[in-house]
Amino acid sequence: MNLEVENLRVYYRTLAGDVQALDGVTFGVGDGEIMGLAGESGCGKSTLGNAIISLTGRMKYIEGSVTLGSAELPIWDFDEMNHHRFNDLSIIPQYAMSAMNPTRKIGKMVGELLDSKGVRHKEYIPELKRRFELVGLSQDVLNMYPIELSGGMKQRAVMVISTLLDPSLLIADEITSALDVSTQKAVAEMLVEFRERGFVKSMIVITHDISILYQVADTILVMYAGKLAEKASADTIINSPRHPYTRLLISSLPEVGVTYTGKRLTGIAGTPPALLNPPEGCRFRDRCPFAYEKCLEEPPFVEIAPGHQTACWKEI
Amino acid sequence: MRRYFARKLITYGFTFFAAVTIDWVIPHLMPGDPILNLMSKLQIKDQATFNAIYNTYAKGFRSNLPLWKQYYYFWVSLFHGNLGISVSTNFPTPVTTLIQRAAPYTLGLLIPAILLSWFAGNKVGAMAARRKVLDNSVLPVSYALTATPYQWLALVVAWLLAFIFPFFPIGRGYDIGAIPQYSFTFFFDLLKHWFLPFFSLFLVYFGGWAIGMRNMIIYELESDYSHYLEALGAPRRLVRKYAFRNAVLPQVTGLALQLGAVLAGALVTEIVFTYPGLGFLLYNAILNQDYFIIQGVFLLIIIGVLIANFVVDIAYVLIDPRARIGMQGGQA
Repeated sequence: MNLEVENLRVYYRTLAGDVQALDGVTFGVGDGEIMGLAGESGCGKSTLGNAIISLTGRMKYIEGSVTLGSAELPIWDFDEMNHHRFNDLSIIPQYAMSAMNPTRKIGKMVGELLDSKGVRHKEYIPELKRRFELVGLSQDVLNMYPIELSGGMKQRAVMVISTLLDPSLLIADEITSALDVSTQKAVAEMLVEFRERGFVKSMIVITHDISILYQVADTILVMYAGKLAEKASADTIINSPRHPYTRLLISSLPEVGVTYTGKRLTGIAGTPPALLNPPEGCRFRDRCPFAYEKCLEEPPFVEIAPGHQTACWKEI
Repeated sequence: MRRYFARKLITYGFTFFAAVTIDWVIPHLMPGDPILNLMSKLQIKDQATFNAIYNTYAKGFRSNLPLWKQYYYFWVSLFHGNLGISVSTNFPTPVTTLIQRAAPYTLGLLIPAILLSWFAGNKVGAMAARRKVLDNSVLPVSYALTATPYQWLALVVAWLLAFIFPFFPIGRGYDIGAIPQYSFTFFFDLLKHWFLPFFSLFLVYFGGWAIGMRNMIIYELESDYSHYLEALGAPRRLVRKYAFRNAVLPQVTGLALQLGAVLAGALVTEIVFTYPGLGFLLYNAILNQDYFIIQGVFLLIIIGVLIANFVVDIAYVLIDPRARIGMQGGQA
């Protein structure tokens, strides 16, 4: 395993109390694995991604451990984590289009960033240029300001910058959500290529778009209301999901070759619970068509088949 | 680039013309007759002599001509560098001489006050943005300073530092008995009279700059590029450096505009401290209906503001790539 997360709990501090956005998650990402992290807005998937790399502002570390390779990450210590960020693990943020300082030339910004981390930036410039070419950006981009690039170009530039030091884990947070479908596909393929070329060892791709995960991910982890629902290979999640939430989620996707003239696509009735004071037991209970008394207890996240874990009493 | 500056120049030319016209119109709309004011000091009893002198003056000041002709001659003499002569207490000193005499006081007062408060305000504001203790102390003080009516603040400063603790003299540019000369004693005398008006201005400006900078820094530290740098493990030093550089941009605009209005900025200060600068000159000119001084001082203000704006335009192109790109795109 490259990344191992043990019982990680991260809350948001608010005036009304703690929002339990990430409530005890345990999973692993193998060497060279691209893991998709899916779920609806507010389910805690971005919180999970951010918690691993930079716990900021109102996020409060409660308990749990994150191990990358052989070293445990001190995620609760913002300054101590600086030694690991960028070198060992990196992120392509949700806001890639505005991630670069608007008043600095891109090359200069990267140079200053590397220097400030004690890396001699001169040694990395040829590699940076080579990788820019690889994603279809000319070397001139180094002498441009972010405003001179299109949205897609900025996205690619950020992808290259984030992975420049060959981190062993890359977190890609909603990187396709602002793009049109053909660009989405290109970006997805680029992620896979980054892994093939060894720029990154393993990846967590966070998205609410399951179809994009089907294209890039080896495994998919589905989250619901701050907890893990199901993890399995991408094929299994798409074709034979076991957790009721995953099943309903997959069945609400349109299928190719099916006409929907007579019948409307159905969603999942109801809304996720508020995480300020979440209900006891299974958090999907209120929306689940199969719920029974046992669901008042919290289901464990256990392996039901090799490489297939889920948290549902019906499946155990 | 060429088109951008050409368009700017046309705009500035038109603004100058309109502003100078207003500058000419307003004193002419004032009730009263400055020549009568001037004549009242002569105390002439004989009506014929009075009329003769009045007509001579009227001819000299061209106030007997129709308004449009007066307006025309106003522009002609303006281009000859002739702003007319004072028609009140300083009669018949040329306005240019009076302005030259008063300008060093105003500039010597305002330029240090504005520049020093700008630097200090930016530094302190930036520090307040990241230290709770400073934020809770500097910010309320700054708000209090900027919200205080200036004339009151100036009075309090004068009362404290000249009356209760008499460290500094009040009023005038130098002591009544002193003779202007290049000597250390005279310079020290000037400095003592300069300090109170300077200090009161510094306090007010400082509060404004500090608040502006604090808010801008907080905004920049919460922006996406700051978060990205943090996520890539950049040390706080770099994140703050970038935030400071971007936050200072609007402050530069503010500074240039403040400097542009420098010639008028000290009106209240100079009245409170009877400091012999341009503001004091203007104040007395308005009281005495001295057309030419009013026009002259306003003209300086117009030119100052326009130049400052032009400098901001250029400075922005140099320091902010976004403005530069907009300009090349021709949308600016």
